[in-house]
Amino acid sequence: MATRTFTYDFSNEVSGFRKKSSFPSGLFINGEFVDSVDGKTFELINPTTEKSLGHITVASEKDIDIAVEAAQKAFDTTWGLHASGQERGKLLIRLAELIEENIDELAALESLDSGKALAFAKSWDVQEAANVLRYYGGWADKVHGKTVEVDEATLAYTRHEPIGVVGQITPWNFPIWLLSWKLGPALATGNTVVFKPSEWTPLTALRIASLIKEAGFPPGVVNIVPGLGNVAGAAISSHMGIEKVAFTGSTAVGRALMKAAASSNLKRVTLELGGKSPTLILDDCNLDHAAGWAAFGILANQGQVCSAGTRVYVQDSIYDKFMEKFIAVIKRVKVGDPFHPETFQGPQVSKIQFDRIMNYIDKGKKEGATCLLGGQQHGTEGYFIQPTIFTDVKPEMTIVKEEIFGPVGVVAKFSNDEELIKLANDTVYGLAAAVFSENISRALKLANALKAGTVWVNSYNTIRTNVPFGGYKQSGQGRELGEYALENYTEVKAVHVNLSGSPPI
Amino acid sequence: MAPTTFSYDFSNEASGFGKKSSFPSGLFINGQFVDSVDSKTIELINPTTAKSLGHITVASEKDIDLAVEAAQKAFETTWGLHASGQERGKLLIRLAELIEENIEELAALESLDNGKAVAVAQAVDVQGAADVLRYYGGWADKVHGKTIETDDATFAYTRHEPIGVVGQITPWNFPIWMLAWKLGPALATGNAVVFKPSEWTPLTALRVASLIKEAGFPPGVVNIVPGIGNIAGAAISNHSGIGKVAFTGSTAVGRAIMKAAASSNLKRVTLELGGKSPTLVLDDCNLENAARWAAYGILANHGQVCCAGTRIYVQDNIYDKFLEKFLAVVKSVKLGDPFHPETFQGPQVSKTQFDRILNYIEHGKKEGATCLLGGQQHGTEGYFIQPTIFTDIKPEMRIVKEEIFGPVGVVAKFSNDEELIKLANDTVYGLAAAVFSENLSRAVKLANALKAGTVWVNTYNTIRTNVPFGGYKQSGQGRELGEYALDNYTQVKAVHINLSGPPPI
Repeated sequence: MATRTFTYDFSNEVSGFRKKSSFPSGLFINGEFVDSVDGKTFELINPTTEKSLGHITVASEKDIDIAVEAAQKAFDTTWGLHASGQERGKLLIRLAELIEENIDELAALESLDSGKALAFAKSWDVQEAANVLRYYGGWADKVHGKTVEVDEATLAYTRHEPIGVVGQITPWNFPIWLLSWKLGPALATGNTVVFKPSEWTPLTALRIASLIKEAGFPPGVVNIVPGLGNVAGAAISSHMGIEKVAFTGSTAVGRALMKAAASSNLKRVTLELGGKSPTLILDDCNLDHAAGWAAFGILANQGQVCSAGTRVYVQDSIYDKFMEKFIAVIKRVKVGDPFHPETFQGPQVSKIQFDRIMNYIDKGKKEGATCLLGGQQHGTEGYFIQPTIFTDVKPEMTIVKEEIFGPVGVVAKFSNDEELIKLANDTVYGLAAAVFSENISRALKLANALKAGTVWVNSYNTIRTNVPFGGYKQSGQGRELGEYALENYTEVKAVHVNLSGSPPI
Repeated sequence: MAPTTFSYDFSNEASGFGKKSSFPSGLFINGQFVDSVDSKTIELINPTTAKSLGHITVASEKDIDLAVEAAQKAFETTWGLHASGQERGKLLIRLAELIEENIEELAALESLDNGKAVAVAQAVDVQGAADVLRYYGGWADKVHGKTIETDDATFAYTRHEPIGVVGQITPWNFPIWMLAWKLGPALATGNAVVFKPSEWTPLTALRVASLIKEAGFPPGVVNIVPGIGNIAGAAISNHSGIGKVAFTGSTAVGRAIMKAAASSNLKRVTLELGGKSPTLVLDDCNLENAARWAAYGILANHGQVCCAGTRIYVQDNIYDKFLEKFLAVVKSVKLGDPFHPETFQGPQVSKTQFDRILNYIEHGKKEGATCLLGGQQHGTEGYFIQPTIFTDIKPEMRIVKEEIFGPVGVVAKFSNDEELIKLANDTVYGLAAAVFSENLSRAVKLANALKAGTVWVNTYNTIRTNVPFGGYKQSGQGRELGEYALDNYTQVKAVHINLSGPPPI
């Protein structure tokens, strides 16, 4: 079967690209767009309208085999350490530039299949993806080992070598941005990649496949294979030719992946999983700012953020004042067509997610929490949910313990900092946390005590390209972004050269 | 029931400590020696005589719970970051000194339950253990995060924090030395430990428990709980109160641990597993040295070394000359009583291992390899096996593919370096390798091409305290020793302090 093409005419959208976009949507393997071995496809649904956007090709287990083969060949010949860091860096920087040159089209595609507001897709998602790739392009020729002084009869040094073929599985909440988090460090350090974007939101990854080719990456270095989690994702996790898999997604799938790695070839695993991050509002905070950041922490990206600050703890002495400002900010948030320039919140990504979130909201009401705001579908078309806030919550409630991944937050009071720390850390997760306080000692003591991989002080969701990001506890293992990410994609070899020592026997 | 005591009178041994040793052998939990909850014990067998050495207490799942509880309490009160790096370092250095003060007793105990030559136990194992602990004592106050420049409205930095309670499971081949590799970095970085030595060789760990108390470590910081793999080991791997497990042992058990980690709380896992490391003897090597190092690579510690160089590839044009020298060295090795000052090779550690190795030797003969030397039990008492060399081997033979973990090596020819690299890397393992050549370019090119975590050039088994050690592929993940080991026991927290940026909503 001939390979597929994706086409969408953006002319009728309210803002943005406003042209026709058309590009190959087959599997991108060994530098070519090909059909899947079994001809299977997957239907994309526009979450704003619930209508079909057409079909894309999805990978079978055999297609993963073919991708791994191509990646291995590239690693052994045109990539790995056969390509210098300088060359690898130039290609990554070129890719970043091509993304910027096509920023309007990419942002439109991102909004189309994920539902996120176009303005954010452009100024945040796509721009940051370019920034991350450019950042790692700069690291490519700065991979350093060490020399270690042992004794005069020995020269000992380490090399930080690429692993080989790595598998990468990304989710649907930040498709293009997370693609850059993954490809950046992997390619900079010389690995070749079998990359599986979510089958719900594959469009920007597929458009980028063409840009990867245009940038001049040798065939097989990056293979982009959208597919179903339990088919293509499972094939990657179990593959004997893949030595490392990086996954961002749910904790449940993270467990399955680690087990598959253990059963197959003990491939290295890094995981970015779920969260139920606490936002702590102390009585000495800047109340206006805290209210704004706390709302942003819950509602950004329709609440579909792993590090969302979905448990807000407010000191009792300022509770009423805070709630007044907080609710006012939330009520001002505009929910609507992602292509409308004033929209802040679009639809949830899919019917499945819509149902899951509505189910949690229902549970919250049943368990006796007060639904202070929202709690219903927004409008009648598309997977829109009203920003929803629960109060009068108890720690054992489902809506307090489990990750909802929607525009839903819970708010509770606390009286003192010891109580606060216990409440904040009482979770199996440990992805992020935020402290709002103007007092340096208080803020830093709390930052120290919080069991989370990222602690924001007086802000929320401000993720930086060069600062590491990752989870404590069941929120994951390993750190992405910053220099730290390079460790995920290198293997340390120690070389001991004996200059004069004689053998003991 | 009262906790057990271990006693042995070394007066009649041929050399070494020469006195009576007697010390508590209960479980060391929370600074006390206690009986196990179900009073279970295990019998220790002296591998030199095949006779009983008495019983020691082994931990049940409930004992692991108690140990974790004690460790968690210590972490939150007297250890973790409540103890400064300087304090932690001083205690580690004190422990190193106490080990040196008791070096003869510890060496004798190591030889007694493991069977290794007492002279080697003293000079390599026990001295090495003291050196490693002292080395990490020096790192304790040098745990550094980073400050990261992002923009002038943000102050961002990372902290490298201890994980909390870590579980450590060590094998029977280098009991006290592996204890040091594990406790050193874990304690230096502020973690509290539940440490399970092998139930076959627990004596030095139990003696060190008394020294840990003497050194002044607060109760609960180190808990030493000998136990059976599928009881105490499994309890540690599955424990929801343990944030990280470090394991050295077989690849099969490594898989089980990773699966248990995935099923329980997604605890971090580092593994040091098996190997089938190649020794490459090139036609431009120093033949005399190469023959000696190659023999040492196979026979050190009775072949019970994860990085043993058990596949020797010799360039065809020097094969006969090499083999002549090589066999002469192997034949010159003295087998016998570990306490005899001239003994190089003692018994294998247990009947189980003895049987496994002889089974492999049988297999080698059946598969058609030539047993050029050895191949039988040595003597009639104790688990001694003759140094054994096979030639005329084929890559698919079990004795070429599988780890034997005994004094057994296989030798084959090669003609050119391309063929050599393929042969050397044709294994699921990747722990170590050695290259013997006097030509700089040739040696370094081969070192680069070998897929192994340690490459020795013109030496074998020279492991250094400050140079990282660990496996590629199925030989493990993570690096021990050197500065690199600190990463295994810290988790990265990024703190972003917003100095002036207002919220976006």
